[in-house]
Amino acid sequence: MSDKPVFPPDRLDTQGAVAGETLDVAQLPSYVFGARGIMWWGTMGVVAIEGTVFAMAIATYFYLRTNGDTWPMGVPAPDLRWGVLNTLIMLASLLPNHWTLHRAKAHDLGRVRGGMLVCLVMGAAFILVRVFEFRTLNVSWDSNAYGSIVWMLLGLHTVHLLTDFGDTLVLYVLMLTGPLEGRRFVDVAENAEYWDFVVLAWLPVFATIYIAPRF
Amino acid sequence: MSATWDSTVNHQPLDRRDGATGATAATDELERTWSERPGLAGWICAVGHKSIGKRFIVTAFCFFVVAGLLAVAMRLQLARPDSKLIGPDLYNQIFTLHGTTMMFLFAVPVMQAMAVYLVPLMIGTRNSALPRMTAYGYWMYLFGGLMIFTAFAIDMSPDNGWFSYPPLAGPEYSSGKRSDFWAQLITFTEVSGLIVSVDLITTIFKLRAPGMTLARMPLFVWAMLVTAFMIIFAMPAVMLASTMLIMDRLVGTHFFNAAAGGDPLLWQHLFWFFGHPEVYFIFIPGLGFMSMIIATFARRPVFGRAAMVLSLIATAFFSFGLWVHHMFATNIPEVGKAFFTAMSMMIAIPTAVQIFCWIATLWKGRLHLRTPLYFILAFFFILLLGGLTGLILGAVPLDLQVHDTYFVVAHLHYVLIGGAVFPLFGAWYYWFPKITGRMMGERLGRWNFWLFFIGFNVAFYPMHHLGLAGMPRRVYTYGAETGWGPLNLLSTVGGAMIAVSVLLFIVNVVKSRRHGEPAGDNPWGAASLEWATASPPPACNFRAIPVVWSEEPLWEPLRRPTHVSGLAVDSREVVSTTVLDAQPDHRYHSPSPTPWPFIAAIATTVMFIASIFTPWAVVWGSIPIMIAMIAWFWPRAGETRKQLVLEKRP
Repeated sequence: MSDKPVFPPDRLDTQGAVAGETLDVAQLPSYVFGARGIMWWGTMGVVAIEGTVFAMAIATYFYLRTNGDTWPMGVPAPDLRWGVLNTLIMLASLLPNHWTLHRAKAHDLGRVRGGMLVCLVMGAAFILVRVFEFRTLNVSWDSNAYGSIVWMLLGLHTVHLLTDFGDTLVLYVLMLTGPLEGRRFVDVAENAEYWDFVVLAWLPVFATIYIAPRF
Repeated sequence: MSATWDSTVNHQPLDRRDGATGATAATDELERTWSERPGLAGWICAVGHKSIGKRFIVTAFCFFVVAGLLAVAMRLQLARPDSKLIGPDLYNQIFTLHGTTMMFLFAVPVMQAMAVYLVPLMIGTRNSALPRMTAYGYWMYLFGGLMIFTAFAIDMSPDNGWFSYPPLAGPEYSSGKRSDFWAQLITFTEVSGLIVSVDLITTIFKLRAPGMTLARMPLFVWAMLVTAFMIIFAMPAVMLASTMLIMDRLVGTHFFNAAAGGDPLLWQHLFWFFGHPEVYFIFIPGLGFMSMIIATFARRPVFGRAAMVLSLIATAFFSFGLWVHHMFATNIPEVGKAFFTAMSMMIAIPTAVQIFCWIATLWKGRLHLRTPLYFILAFFFILLLGGLTGLILGAVPLDLQVHDTYFVVAHLHYVLIGGAVFPLFGAWYYWFPKITGRMMGERLGRWNFWLFFIGFNVAFYPMHHLGLAGMPRRVYTYGAETGWGPLNLLSTVGGAMIAVSVLLFIVNVVKSRRHGEPAGDNPWGAASLEWATASPPPACNFRAIPVVWSEEPLWEPLRRPTHVSGLAVDSREVVSTTVLDAQPDHRYHSPSPTPWPFIAAIATTVMFIASIFTPWAVVWGSIPIMIAMIAWFWPRAGETRKQLVLEKRP
């Protein structure tokens, strides 16, 4: 390291900590929740990217629709049953998810574990129902362009379900076994916010896949 | 094993904190804490923004040189009519790889690379916010580049142009794997570009030195903030499009197949929705370099700072409304074309505002003519010409006349080289002393500049005439009866001059690194924080984090408090501040070195490349990635114990 003075001129060696000379940050918290935190911005960056991907895929759906004389292209619209059921499960999962988020902010380890477990059970449920959704799309990805984009939309969202379930599972195991420090509750909170995104992003995707072809 | 968690352990003795006590021991320990580990393992584990930034810049420069050599090969082939030097198939691969490399492996990454190195220093912090992600982004970028050049070596390089239009790039007209390699290269570089953007935004919003409000932020940091946001909203379009293309080719989807309800124009919309903003996220960092360098060499703050920032933001917004001007030769409605013509004219306004602000700055300043400023001044001349031909191409009737001719080739090189590469070379001369501690040679610098400037105009100016004379782009040869021979030969001579000039630059870098004049902290007398620390900067960047009181901290008298104290010296701690006002908010534990980003990048590379050959790779290839990511995330017990000592609940 160079001996040259740094800016501000290096008074450290001669004067030490004189009151008012330095801005002391030792007493600041070592982690924070929400938009004050680094991880929140990282998560929101990912949300912005993936939200744009969803928006582009939906725009593609409607762009292709302007090409077709009939829509959906000579096949029946997807069955509503499983799609609606899954939407309800996902919306319901917001409750334990937000409860977990609040308990994380309170550093309530026991309830955080419980909340995450409930979320995981619901996550497993909507991944299972997703299988039936694929089976009742009534079109294959290689039948025509309509089939391609419908499969892509549903596939794209399913990737999010899987990664979100995986993230939550890993974090849940960590909350059971440790090693733990306060920052891990921020991870739980960020994970819950990402879960919100995955559920809320589903609503326009749902409307596109299931409702749009009926009009 | 059962978890315990106790937030009451918080006994950090004072001599374990920076900035306050007079102990040199503390400063030494701070330096040890922030140093990368030694040896090959340390190189792989590195997460410091300076280590990653430097290798990012060098890698991007290597791709620039290789893509430049491909350009030289093309110029040799075109130097005379009916040349047999390079056959049509190889020529197709060469121009595709030249464009693809320059756009995806050089122009965008090199700007991010400069930002990875410079932004934490400019805003007065010790590392970027998400350094492990940045390391992962670098490795993905490197492996993607290596993949495409391996494909080139085995004659499997893409050959459909850098924008890879279907149906030509689709399953019907491009058999084999060439287009798939192109599509996966896009995935690699977009993953890298997006990750680095998230890192830059988070760093800029949350890690600025206390007192550096958004209004006081250096203009290069503003430029990179705007660029990072643009990347986040533009790059997903091309990632989605390239995924659709590879799916059309591999699993029989029909996104671009008109016979099954798809649409080749969908590709053009998605590609250019990304592609036009891309021009601006190459250009806007260049504007950032301009503002920093002009202020320093004019020895006064940039005139019209608020107008400069607003212009950057306006340019970013307008750039998303221009994409259709790449599609004037398609059957989209005329009223749509009229809108995009209007937008194309409008985007000239914010750029003009900035140019006039710089001219005012130079006019009222006391100029200090050194090599960086030469490159900056060349910008005005070259970009102006490129901008004027841009107005021509933005008008539908004129565009149709010169569409797909060398006129377009001339235009795009004038704007991209003039708007980005000249400022970039200026930036390399300007920040080289900070990175290495030594000045670059001024004499070689002048040779470098004049050969580049003259060579550039000799190479590209004739292309305007060739285009107007009707010479189409992408042809591998032409007949003698066309009369295009002499101007093409002239252009090749210019290309050779650029090659020599870049060679001189490399000589200058190699020589100056060893024998250059020692630079000192602030050789140019600049105003921004990166010049406040040693050259090269210590591992911790600043022994004490500065407190910022003005837009030009190094040109203003010191005010108290001058710096931050109280950050741990035995753990990588930085101070995080509020987004708008940069008030101290919390202490952030910056991630330590780890090999997992490297391992995760290898796993991702295996999956991406294997998926070119079988779609099932996406399934089994994800498992190693998942394992690597979990190992990356999983906290280590020793590290956690150390953090518990420093912990303080919000």
